[in-house]
Amino acid sequence: MKLYCLSGHPTLPCNVLKFKSTTIMLDCGLDMTSTLNFLPLPLVQSPRLSNLPGWSLKDGNAFLDKELKECSGHVFVDSVPEFCLPETELIDLSTVDVILISNYHCMMALPYITEHTGFTGTVYATEPTVQIGRLLMEELVNFIERVPKAQSASLWKNKDIQRLLPSPLKDAVEVSTWRRCYTMQEVNSALSKIQLVGYSQKIELFGAVQVTPLSSGYALGSSNWIIQSHYEKVSYVSGSSLLTTHPQPMDQASLKNSDVLVLTGLTQIPTANPDGMVGEFCSNLALTVRNGGNVLVPCYPSGVIYDLLECLYQYIDSAGLSSVPLYFISPVANSSLEFSQIFAEWLCHNKQSKVYLPEPPFPHAELIQTNKLKHYPSIHGDFSNDFRQPCVVFTGHPSLRFGDVVHFMELWGKSSLNTVIFTEPDFSYLEALAPYQPLAMKCIYCPIDTRLNFIQVSKLLKEVQPLHVVCPEQYTQPPPAQSHRMDLMIDCQPPAMSYRRAEVLALPFKRRYEKIEIMPELADSLVPMEIKPGISLATVSAVLHTKDNKHLLQPPPRSAQPTSGKKRKRVGDDVPDCKVLKPLLSGSIPVEQFVQTLEKHGFSDIKVEDTAKGHIVLLQEAETLIQIEEDSTHIICDNDEMLRVRLRDLVLKFLQKF
Amino acid sequence: MPEIRVTPLGAGQDVGRSCILVSIAGKNVMLDCGMHMGFNDDRRFPDFSYITQNGRLTDFLDCVIISHFHLDHCGALPYFSEMVGYDGPIYMTHPTQAICPILLEDYRKIAVDKKGEANFFTSQMIKDCMKKVVAVHLHQTVQVDDELEIKAYYAGHVLGAAMFQIKVGSESVVYTGDYNMTPDRHLGAAWIDKCRPNLLITESTYATTIRDSKRCRERDFLKKVHETVERGGKVLIPVFALGRAQELCILLETFWERMNLKVPIYFSTGLTEKANHYYKLFIPWTNQKIRKTFVQRNMFEFKHIKAFDRAFADNPGPMVVFATPGMLHAGQSLQIFRKWAGNEKNMVIMPGYCVQGTVGHKILSGQRKLEMEGRQVLEVKMQVEYMSFSAHADAKGIMQLVGQAEPESVLLVHGEAKKMEFLKQKIEQELRVSCYMPANGETVTLPTSLSIPVGISLGLLKREMAQGLLPEAKKPRLLHGTLIMKDSNFRLVSSEQALKELGLAEHQLRFTCRVHLHDTRKEQETALRVYSHLKSILKDHYVQHLPDGSVTVESILIQATAPSEDPGTKVLLVSWTYQDEELGSFLTSLLKKGLPQAPS
Repeated sequence: MKLYCLSGHPTLPCNVLKFKSTTIMLDCGLDMTSTLNFLPLPLVQSPRLSNLPGWSLKDGNAFLDKELKECSGHVFVDSVPEFCLPETELIDLSTVDVILISNYHCMMALPYITEHTGFTGTVYATEPTVQIGRLLMEELVNFIERVPKAQSASLWKNKDIQRLLPSPLKDAVEVSTWRRCYTMQEVNSALSKIQLVGYSQKIELFGAVQVTPLSSGYALGSSNWIIQSHYEKVSYVSGSSLLTTHPQPMDQASLKNSDVLVLTGLTQIPTANPDGMVGEFCSNLALTVRNGGNVLVPCYPSGVIYDLLECLYQYIDSAGLSSVPLYFISPVANSSLEFSQIFAEWLCHNKQSKVYLPEPPFPHAELIQTNKLKHYPSIHGDFSNDFRQPCVVFTGHPSLRFGDVVHFMELWGKSSLNTVIFTEPDFSYLEALAPYQPLAMKCIYCPIDTRLNFIQVSKLLKEVQPLHVVCPEQYTQPPPAQSHRMDLMIDCQPPAMSYRRAEVLALPFKRRYEKIEIMPELADSLVPMEIKPGISLATVSAVLHTKDNKHLLQPPPRSAQPTSGKKRKRVGDDVPDCKVLKPLLSGSIPVEQFVQTLEKHGFSDIKVEDTAKGHIVLLQEAETLIQIEEDSTHIICDNDEMLRVRLRDLVLKFLQKF
Repeated sequence: MPEIRVTPLGAGQDVGRSCILVSIAGKNVMLDCGMHMGFNDDRRFPDFSYITQNGRLTDFLDCVIISHFHLDHCGALPYFSEMVGYDGPIYMTHPTQAICPILLEDYRKIAVDKKGEANFFTSQMIKDCMKKVVAVHLHQTVQVDDELEIKAYYAGHVLGAAMFQIKVGSESVVYTGDYNMTPDRHLGAAWIDKCRPNLLITESTYATTIRDSKRCRERDFLKKVHETVERGGKVLIPVFALGRAQELCILLETFWERMNLKVPIYFSTGLTEKANHYYKLFIPWTNQKIRKTFVQRNMFEFKHIKAFDRAFADNPGPMVVFATPGMLHAGQSLQIFRKWAGNEKNMVIMPGYCVQGTVGHKILSGQRKLEMEGRQVLEVKMQVEYMSFSAHADAKGIMQLVGQAEPESVLLVHGEAKKMEFLKQKIEQELRVSCYMPANGETVTLPTSLSIPVGISLGLLKREMAQGLLPEAKKPRLLHGTLIMKDSNFRLVSSEQALKELGLAEHQLRFTCRVHLHDTRKEQETALRVYSHLKSILKDHYVQHLPDGSVTVESILIQATAPSEDPGTKVLLVSWTYQDEELGSFLTSLLKKGLPQAPS
């Protein structure tokens, strides 16, 4: 059993598990932090961005000035942004049988895998994961495609040139494998390979392995996965939360008794308390708006935004902000808001019971009805007519490299009245802001990451008691910036096995048993015998049938009746099949009782001699000698088959068969 | 011999008060708990005293499963759980859990407030009953206990309707509830995988019908409605608040829009708005088209259909009214019917099945003079039309589902005896599957054969499988092992391992036989002759002549000795262990016959 680690990003995992005869990809995360090295894509021509100076080497050589631009001491690639894909060379991806998706953030690399590696398998995901994942992909494609960029820089990727570049470009890994965004056509084709599953649904793979998604509590439809056979169990925990937000709570009990638990997707901000961050978010938002400034919230179109809107729904009236417009701008804003309302079955209990009334589960329905929240596909069109300031704008992309957010950064960046509040934890906010420097607008960092922290992990592990834990190497040491915080790492016994990108781990499994079915006719013919109190034995001789990875035991075929007399048999016909083995024997033979039995069966003239290790029973008349020792019996006789068989059966009476 | 027992308490050769008891591998499950619309006395509910005479239902039943929210499937639930007394789990899907209490309350109001029945369940009882409900997702495997598991499949029919698989170990039963096999304007078609249950319990409402295409029926319906309103008549469509109503509303709404019609369409009050709301919130349960387009346009927001007010019934001019309930047995639909029945310009369209005893059933069977309460006779002059829009599978659909699931046997419920008989024959002849149709209170017992799952040690299995791959393995090979049974843990291991695990030593039983041969040659030569003789006969065995002069056949040892007294006689000592019994015994008898004459 092996684990191939294709991604080094702990919250955007992509691992391949070889389990029994199946090859299972666990998640398909796309590392988008690579885009931070690129210049933002402005929706509206930005003189500032287009006038940035080209970068030249220390010696003044400016041959890269078309590809690289400098902004406030940082160097950016002036090209279509590119993403860092999971490793595609470590294992032949066309051999992957199935892909299990845990949540919509962890499927963004799916089109690269399903469309370009010869993949012919099936992808499994829950319905909300697929629907919202589709929205995220649609938004991404839309953001990139609506700002066509003629230039695609490649010179800087040359290894010899990359060495000469300043950090972080110099240290960027695997740049040669970075790829541009996929197209909508590829997205649709990839999504058509997904089969929808429900929580606790048992899915059989080739009769050998069963996989089951479990609620993970992190996002709508997010799941952990159990991969098991009858005797082995792997739990895949990815992006789980124990906080009560909108999704159904995490199912912890089903993770118990795992041989191996693969743990990914913990909180990226282990020191921040999400509740506190939401409070800070609200108060900073109120402060800015009261002072006449605008608030910009770079965000994904689904997920935490639902919780933020719910908080604001309760907060704005009490804070006297009910007249401040909330704008949600995304090509998929409307879909996201609508979809959130129809997945009642995937929501927490409170929200579920609202649907029974029937009322929409999320209060943003009311915000929309009362015109407090308005949504637009982009800044073009209706939005420009409705736009009033001061206001709050939720828009993407959180990397600040593409999407409508770029426009608002350019528009509001120069005034210190305005505030940008970072709530998504996926990108370093300082790096995100770098191409906008110098910046007058206030920046507040309120990362809200509801995924498990290390205290919760250690409680969880105590609770579910896996034999072994496997996790990304980042979790086995304190964060580099807080190397003294020994509490910010996984602490378990035996120590967690760690992996890094492009590594192959052999999982510590000892497979000892396999399921087999005993057919009823055979079961009826078995004769169990109690050996010790509570333990019975039966010897089994049966025919083994194996089909589709399932094993069956059937009764042995009846031996054909001897057809004596009809045909002359050749000598060889009677040769018994030596593979018809007799059972093993165990026990010992008490000499006195044995002799009594012999007498009872008509043997006379019996003599018993003691030897060093046991006894010798002599049947003088029959010229037969029986050596009896603790663990063996030896019958030595003339070639009188009748006699031998009689003696054999008497001996067997004292022994147990196995 | 293990067996599965099925007893319908309701819906046995009948439509109404569906309630079926299933015993499988020691577990007792009740499927549905419905009421009968044709009765107003005790017979309206199933006879729960059948389950247990003196004991708590909770002790006897492991769980109750409700397939969908129609009252003939859940109408007796509060009576059963709160008045008879049952505290165990009740499983149903989320939409059913949401809508069921509303219909129950509606039913209660008609029974108590309108008909003045006493000793009926109360609103509080409905609430208490619903607290015992556990909601299930589609395809989720729900562990009722360690052994009993259930799984819901999509059934179409109405919002949230499900078929259920009930499984214990390798035995399973599938209960369809009501279902339809063709997608309609708002719901998808039922679907089940090839789960090969021991028994499939299916409804058979339309056991003998093969319905024409849906499109034709829809066109027909629209034409009749259109013609009636064109000539100034009123159209009454009795429906149940949820289900068919939404489908017909979508149909009329799109038609009105296309034809630009202005004639008002009303939907009888109360449930309407709310009902449509449920459909909006449970979009994932509707058909693919609605799911795909709901963001742009939610099909359940109707522009042309407005809420009905009692006073509207007397308005002059044409109109279309959807009114509840669907079988004209009580409530608003019956009131409107009485008002409009006398005018031949008007029309009533019955879009679904009506059980015996209801006004709906009477007018559909041609009765035109109806005796109402107080000896009043109502003459029906309005046109009466029947259109099968109720979403049940027809004969073709039922056969299709049986084909999908591949059960060992089929049991029919929820249909009329005569029609069932026809379908039973069809299933037995065409699909070669045994088919049953018990009446209420009659028990069907099906023996099942159970294979026993055990764990086989991987070492033993691999050894066998490796040998099974050898080319000479033409005849089936025998696997030998020892089954260790400890509590409920069954493991099959090699005999050696079994001995080791139990801390027992092997006892070796060995035989040595003296075979006397007439041979004057030296021992070594005798041995050589024995070797060539055996070698020529035992072609499939490993025969060896060892340097020390002895001969082995597999693990059987043969030594030639010369007893001193007679030089013409040699004694062969043949020695084998009990494990080689067959071969050893064979060899001695073979050698006893002597050796072939050596060519001299």
